[in-house]
Amino acid sequence: MKFPVSWLKRHLETDAGLEQILETLNAIGLEVEGVEDRGAALAPFRIAHVVEAEQHPNADRLRALKVDDGSGTLLSVVCGAPNARAGMKGVLGRPGAYVPGSGITLKVGEIRGVKSEGMMCSSRELGLGDDHDGIINLPEDAPVGVSYAAWAGLDDPIIEISVTPNRGDALSVRGVARDLAAAGLGTLRPFAPEPVKAVYPSPLKWAVEDLEGCPWVLGRAVRGVKNGPSPQWLQDKLTAIGLRPINALVDVTNWFTYDLGRPLHVFDRAKVKGDTLTIRRGREGESFTALNGKDVAVTPEDLVIADAEAVESLAGIMGGEHSGSELDTTEVFIEAAIFDPVRIALSGRRHDLRSDARSRFERGVDQALPPAALEAATAMIIELCGGEASEVVSAGAEPKWRRTAHLRFERIAGLGGSPITADEAVEGLERLGFSIAARDTAGVTVNVPSWRNDVAGQGPLAQSPALPADKAAKAAEGCAATEPECDLLEEVLRLRGLDAVPPVSLPVPSPVPLPSLTARQSRTVLARRVLAARGMLDCVSFGFLDSRTAALFGETPAALRLENPIASDLDQMRPTPLASLALAAARNIARGYPDVALAEIGGAYGDITPEGQKSVAAGIRTGFTPRHWSEPARAVDAMDAKGDALAVLAALGVPMAALTVTMDAPGFYHPGRSGVIKQGPKTVLATFGELHPALRAKLDLPGPAVGFEVFLDQIPDPKKRKKAVPDLPAFQPLKRDFAFLVDAGVPAENLVRAARGAERNLIVDVALFDRYAGDRLPEGKVSLALEVTLQPREASLTDAEIEAVGSKIVAAVAKATGAVLRG
Amino acid sequence: MSDDLARLQTETEAALAAASDPRALDAVRVATLGKSGALTALLKALGGFPPDERKERGAAVNRLKATLEAAIEARRVELDAAALEARLAAERMDVSLPPRPFPPAGAENGAIHPIARTIEELTAIFGAMGFSVAEGPDIEGDWYNFSALNIPDHHPARQDHDTFYVPAGPDGKRPVLRTHTSPVQIRTMLSQEPPVRVIVPGRTYRADHDATHSPMFHQVEGLLIDKGITLGHLKGCLIDFLRAFFDIRDLPVRFRSSYFPFTEPSMEVDIGWNRKTGELGKGGDWLEILGSGMVHPKVLANCGIDPREWQGFAFGMGIERITMLKHGIPDLRPFYESDVRWLKHYGTSPLSPASLAEGV
Repeated sequence: MKFPVSWLKRHLETDAGLEQILETLNAIGLEVEGVEDRGAALAPFRIAHVVEAEQHPNADRLRALKVDDGSGTLLSVVCGAPNARAGMKGVLGRPGAYVPGSGITLKVGEIRGVKSEGMMCSSRELGLGDDHDGIINLPEDAPVGVSYAAWAGLDDPIIEISVTPNRGDALSVRGVARDLAAAGLGTLRPFAPEPVKAVYPSPLKWAVEDLEGCPWVLGRAVRGVKNGPSPQWLQDKLTAIGLRPINALVDVTNWFTYDLGRPLHVFDRAKVKGDTLTIRRGREGESFTALNGKDVAVTPEDLVIADAEAVESLAGIMGGEHSGSELDTTEVFIEAAIFDPVRIALSGRRHDLRSDARSRFERGVDQALPPAALEAATAMIIELCGGEASEVVSAGAEPKWRRTAHLRFERIAGLGGSPITADEAVEGLERLGFSIAARDTAGVTVNVPSWRNDVAGQGPLAQSPALPADKAAKAAEGCAATEPECDLLEEVLRLRGLDAVPPVSLPVPSPVPLPSLTARQSRTVLARRVLAARGMLDCVSFGFLDSRTAALFGETPAALRLENPIASDLDQMRPTPLASLALAAARNIARGYPDVALAEIGGAYGDITPEGQKSVAAGIRTGFTPRHWSEPARAVDAMDAKGDALAVLAALGVPMAALTVTMDAPGFYHPGRSGVIKQGPKTVLATFGELHPALRAKLDLPGPAVGFEVFLDQIPDPKKRKKAVPDLPAFQPLKRDFAFLVDAGVPAENLVRAARGAERNLIVDVALFDRYAGDRLPEGKVSLALEVTLQPREASLTDAEIEAVGSKIVAAVAKATGAVLRG
Repeated sequence: MSDDLARLQTETEAALAAASDPRALDAVRVATLGKSGALTALLKALGGFPPDERKERGAAVNRLKATLEAAIEARRVELDAAALEARLAAERMDVSLPPRPFPPAGAENGAIHPIARTIEELTAIFGAMGFSVAEGPDIEGDWYNFSALNIPDHHPARQDHDTFYVPAGPDGKRPVLRTHTSPVQIRTMLSQEPPVRVIVPGRTYRADHDATHSPMFHQVEGLLIDKGITLGHLKGCLIDFLRAFFDIRDLPVRFRSSYFPFTEPSMEVDIGWNRKTGELGKGGDWLEILGSGMVHPKVLANCGIDPREWQGFAFGMGIERITMLKHGIPDLRPFYESDVRWLKHYGTSPLSPASLAEGV
């Protein structure tokens, strides 16, 4: 909300300067968004009288002026403006002044032999407009030597504050003034408008069909008005806060909206059909044209004001074009109503109509103000437009807003941590308009003023249905007892400013902190580190992407499609972070970086339940390994991705020997170059592989591209137990190599597993170190070579024993895989 | 259809079936639709028909042309699919082989994202103050994201949130992409008895996209419920955190009264900086950095906690924002673009995780 300081001072008697006002506004919760202070930049510029204007002796286009700036000595000023003439009054800047429109700082100069001790300024030079045809020409009676900004009324800074949703009362200049006064910045001027004499019966009356939606409405006509432009002072005030002056009758309603936070509506009596304005729910099929030109089809959930024929306005939100005041209006009917904030908020949202009235009604307006506001508005209309007033008509009754709230003084320190005394607290509340109902040493009970709908408002709870009934009831009772107190405490604290609360470092439950991450959370951090340590760049990408790309990577259920995506390419919750990484890799490749290694640990979304949202560590590698003299570059392949996935699993404590790889990876992988890593027959821990050529083509991944996913939630929780005693035999291990000829389709893993199981007491490791497929082998066969590590425990192995183990290995491998030892 | 047309169709279809590779397919296409193709010849011959027959004949020939074109295209798709199938089969490898013992590149090439780094730092600092980390889902129930936090359906604050919705579930309510990490406050209070001392770093979503807003961003939430906790503790906790995080022992911190539906009293927190240079800690300007307050009695009651017994505070701040300030990162958007140049520039080494011992 915006207001000029001069407007504020209509309600606040204060000596405080701008800085102090701004600081206080910030401290008490009326955050300053900006200040427009044209006067500050113009402070050095004064009104001056041009006494002489002669042709410059050495320049055709310049004039040498003698200027009186009220200092007593005539100043010599060289001026190039065509309109400079003796006798005129203008605006003078002296040396040292910064000229806001041209960005220079004036200094004493000499222009072609004539001294210049200042500058006569144009509007543009002062930053006041585009006019640069000549210097500012002031009226005859402009006082010489006086600050130009002050004389022109430009030294009236405009303050813009942001008002939080709870403070409907602060959406008014008076409300702001009241807060500032309460914070010690001056005195709130009284507001008690004189009643305006009623000289005729009202031509319209109210009928309210929905008293919940509109508990109270007042109205009054003024006849014989002559509408026209508002007086300059009113236009200036409205312009200052960014409103366009329309005509006096409309401007009056805008004035009260901002001055008192009291939206009013003025109907043109002549355009209202019948003698009754009815406040009721909208009916199917009804519509009206709002003041903003938009046609609004009202619903039975909306509150409307209708005459005998049609809907005239959406109550509390926006009036209609049809019955608005225009220049030919001669009789008006002023509406001052109280509306249900919830209904206004929902209606406004339903029709996407924003207005000054709505923002005040949905926050709640002063429940007792309508009579006084109506008197003030009537008086102002008669003052500006003439005419005479009718009697006041009303329907409904003043809402039951009177209530009390209690504050235990102990809470000021006990919850607020503040040293504010009981007396200070009570005085502050009184300045805010709370009156004391009762006070003792322990606390105070206050009456809540009619404009503070946010204090002790007691809206309904929204308790979890899962709570046991007694627990819920006890908590609700506790809330009812403490909430109004919190409201008051907030008032007490903010008036002094929260900077006044002494900070206290938190007492810690244990001098040495306990781990802040659970075992599962630690694994996530570790997985990220493992991947980065393998040369991958950790990424963070949006959880949503375009549904077509998403569909390439898995299920894209409609339940996970955004109803209101911000762009069509961000409409589907992703099935896997790998999808985001594939897009990112393509972007990097297009930028000239074909060899990337990207990883992300983030959400994969399967359904809307918390359990359906998985944490996945994914990665993608594209292109080739670095060129180096020691080793030729090669394309990244599925084994790189498998290595990444296994590295994560190993770091996370998964027993590696028990893992199996099957070839049923998802369809976005190359079916022959991808795998699924499982623990046991069912638990899928990871997938890896080359991306499918068809997918690569669709995503603009021209070169080699491999990826993996590790499903972090699937990894069993690490068991917290001590490690077993290490196996440290006294005898040297020995290694033996075995080369097998086997069908190419047999997974190498099967040979390794068979060999490992051949003699568990002796065999501690089996590593596959060679794979050969070529012309020298029979068609469809490969040669796989294993290195087996034997660990003797009781005594060194004899040749015969080694031979026997060898035979067992060959037999076991043959049995499991059909492989035969190569001769 | 006249006999010659029917014959041409039969013959072409047979040829297509016999074509087993793209070259053969192309030969069929040329023989039919090419310059001197059979069907092209029929089209050329149309002129020789008497006008009354020509119309009917022309339509028939064109129908056949469309049919054959479609048949050729269908066969092309089949052949392409078969070729791909064959290629995929030929490329089959033994994925059970052990991977290489080393990755293509090492730790010196990798980097941790600045957001992840900041979360590690937050965890270390708040961890020292006794906070543990709690988490919750990104797709969240309306009740958790709004109602339980004292933001009823009509509340003006809902409009400020620019909420993303997904279609309504079985209960008829539309789930949201959480607009803040605060719903995890609710989940935590419902799942454990007080005292509670958690921080919640995580992804959040709002339908807003410009130079300073991203539709997805990160927040960290703090929640402390205990006995005898006051606003003074909240201030102390935040000042201690901010000074440690930015590593400025005398960082000026300002507290302003404000409003959030889920706290009361509420306050916004500013730190001192120089607007022109961006330098933190000096310069006399203030920069809003986080929102906080004492947990609202309604929020406690909604979770079954009696506000007469327990009280505490909550706060929330933008992770990107404090990351940008700490490291002087000027632009928000690159955080999510995964540009390798940016990631290498602002990422940190995986070999030096955040630790209070080494300094965050």
